[in-house]
This record gives sequence, C-alpha cells and structure tokens, in this order.
Amino acid sequence: MAFLTDRKRASGLGSAKSGTEHHWKMMVTAVALVPLVIAFIFTFGAILGSPYEEVVAYYQRPVPAIIAGLTLLVGFVHFRGGVQTLIEDYLHGFARKATLIGMICLSYAAAAAGVFAVLRLAL
Amino acid sequence: MVQLTLPKNSRMVTGKTWPKPEGATNVRKVQIYRWNPDDGKNPSLDTYFVDLDTCGPMILDALIKIKNEIDPTLTFRRSCREGICGSCAMNIDGINTLACIYGIDEVQGDIKIYPLPHMPVVKDLIPDLTHFYAQHASIMPWLETKTNTPAKEWKQSIADRKKLDGGYECVMCACCSTSCPSYWWNGDRYLGPAALLAAHRWIVDSRDEATGERLDDLEDPFKLYRCHTIMNCAKTCPKGLNPAAAIASIKKKMVERIV
Repeated sequence: MAFLTDRKRASGLGSAKSGTEHHWKMMVTAVALVPLVIAFIFTFGAILGSPYEEVVAYYQRPVPAIIAGLTLLVGFVHFRGGVQTLIEDYLHGFARKATLIGMICLSYAAAAAGVFAVLRLAL
Repeated sequence: MVQLTLPKNSRMVTGKTWPKPEGATNVRKVQIYRWNPDDGKNPSLDTYFVDLDTCGPMILDALIKIKNEIDPTLTFRRSCREGICGSCAMNIDGINTLACIYGIDEVQGDIKIYPLPHMPVVKDLIPDLTHFYAQHASIMPWLETKTNTPAKEWKQSIADRKKLDGGYECVMCACCSTSCPSYWWNGDRYLGPAALLAAHRWIVDSRDEATGERLDDLEDPFKLYRCHTIMNCAKTCPKGLNPAAAIASIKKKMVERIV
C-alpha cells in the first residue's frame, strides 16, 4: 500500500517533454510513402515475372532503384515508429522494453537487408 | 500486457430474476449489473421487469422506479435528471451515456445496463472516478495569468470567446474517457479525452498566459500521444462534444512549436 495522493498518482513522473518529434516523423513518412508506394507498385510491377537478366538491367537504371531503395528505407522507418506505438499501447513494464528493443533491431535489419539487395542489383 | 479476460473475481454470473409486476400489460425487461463489495460474491446480472405504463420515459426513470418499487439495494448516482450534472453516466445498451437523457424507447429489445467500462467499481453502477478527476485537476483547469490582474476584467473578443464553444460544455461524466481503448489500456498515464478537452479549452483561451507551460506539460508520449483518433469519445459524448478534434488541435499546436 502506497499512501500517494490522487494528484500525485495522476501526475506520475511528469511530462517526458517528447512525443511531438515522433508524431511529426510519422506524419512526414506517411506523406512520403503515398507517392513512393504508388511509384514502387508501378516500377516493381512492370518488371515482375521478367527473366533475371532483364530485372538486373532494369534495376541498374537510377529511377527504379532509387524508388525501391527509398520505399524500403522510408517504409521501415515508418514501420518502426508505428510498431513502437502499437507496443506502447498493448504491452507494459519489462515486456514493453524488451519488445521495443527487438522491434527496433528487426526494423533496422530489414531496412538494411532491403537496401543491400537493391544496391546489389543496382551496382 | 493488456487484460483480455476479466480477473476471476470480476467474472459475471447470472443473478436474481425479480417477479413481473402483476396485471401490467406493457412490461420491459431490464438487466442490470450488480456487485456488492461487502458480500464477497462475483458480479451478477439481475433481471427486473418494469411496467412502462407507470414509468417515466427515460432510463433513469426506470432505474428510480426499480429502486423505489422493486429493489431498494440497487445503487447508482443521479442528481439533476436533465443531463447537466453528469452523475448518471453508465453503459446502456452498449453505449456510454447519461441515463437521464437516454430514452427507454431508444433501446431495441431488453435493456442492459452496466457501469462505465474498465473502471474500478465501487458498487453496482457506481464507478470509482478518483483518478479521472485527479487527471482533470492535473491539467490546471483554471485561468493562469502573469500580467497584473486588471482593475475591471480580462477582456475577450467575441471571436475569441467563440473558440471556447465545444470545450466548456463538458459535464465530466467520463463517458468519453471510459469508451476509449487507449484509456482502458494506459489510463494510468494517458490523460484521456475528457481531461484533454478541458486542457484544450484553456490552451485556446485568449486570456490565459500559460499556453506554453500547458503544452509543455502535455508533451508526452503517454499523456497526449496515446490518442490514435479512434473517435469513440466523439461518438459517445452525451453532450455532442468532440474531444478527438480538441486533441488533434493540441497536436497541431505541438507541431507548430517545432516546425
């Protein structure tokens, strides 16, 4: 039993003085993903199912390669922020922190793998 | 972790069914959540039958009739019976609303009444709103000024006064906050729609001189940014207010400070 006043319990540890950066980053990446995803669907869709040599030659052109790289990179930055919100919503205590660390590692690993794949094709 | 099931001692059991009124032809079945902290039993759903021919039109009328004529142990808050005090907020037919301004004829089929969701229950239909009120107090719901108090009054233009419309009418019934999933899962830290609507009312007040401090206090991933625009608050508000819009406006002001 802790003899805390109601007001102390409501105030908790006070304001973290952060959150707006995260909110703004999510807005910016969301807006960026609108044209990026559309462009990615058209460029990726155009070459989907083609022979290996054609795909490699296609992704050696700057526009499809840059679109693919940016979509993956911005997509995983957005994914990281979004899933962070999700974890903060539904998990508490140690589970929240452990899952956040795992999710951040996964996001950067996936982004790095994606960008590496595009670079392999492009260069 | 989010609680997906109720704790064992909170699981509902079938309660008592009270006899139908004799000779009544226009009877409505009302099922009400009952829990008494003193008897050590699980909560139950009691069934009552109300003669609508001798009952007022609102849900609160039915509750008062049940308490007066059938079961005097039924416990609920009520005061003004006209939607201005916010006391009789409860979950009626799946919607958080005020029993006094919700008509019996608005409910199809049996009437099911529960206390406001995801709050500790004091007894029957009475939730413990201690934390909810403390959160409201924490946003400093009063005029904060630094300039010396003017001899006559703090002046405000008609246009600036209009900005307070939709913010000051809140009766703090807690219908919105207790309908919000974010408040269910993180209500210990998330201020909830009611407190944030009140915070916004003071942030946009042209006479208030603590706008920056108010925004500083709200700048927090949990206090403010747990709102994901789910909109349950606006949908359920018995006064027709829109806390979600107020929260979006606070977020806009936060962004204005950094971009």
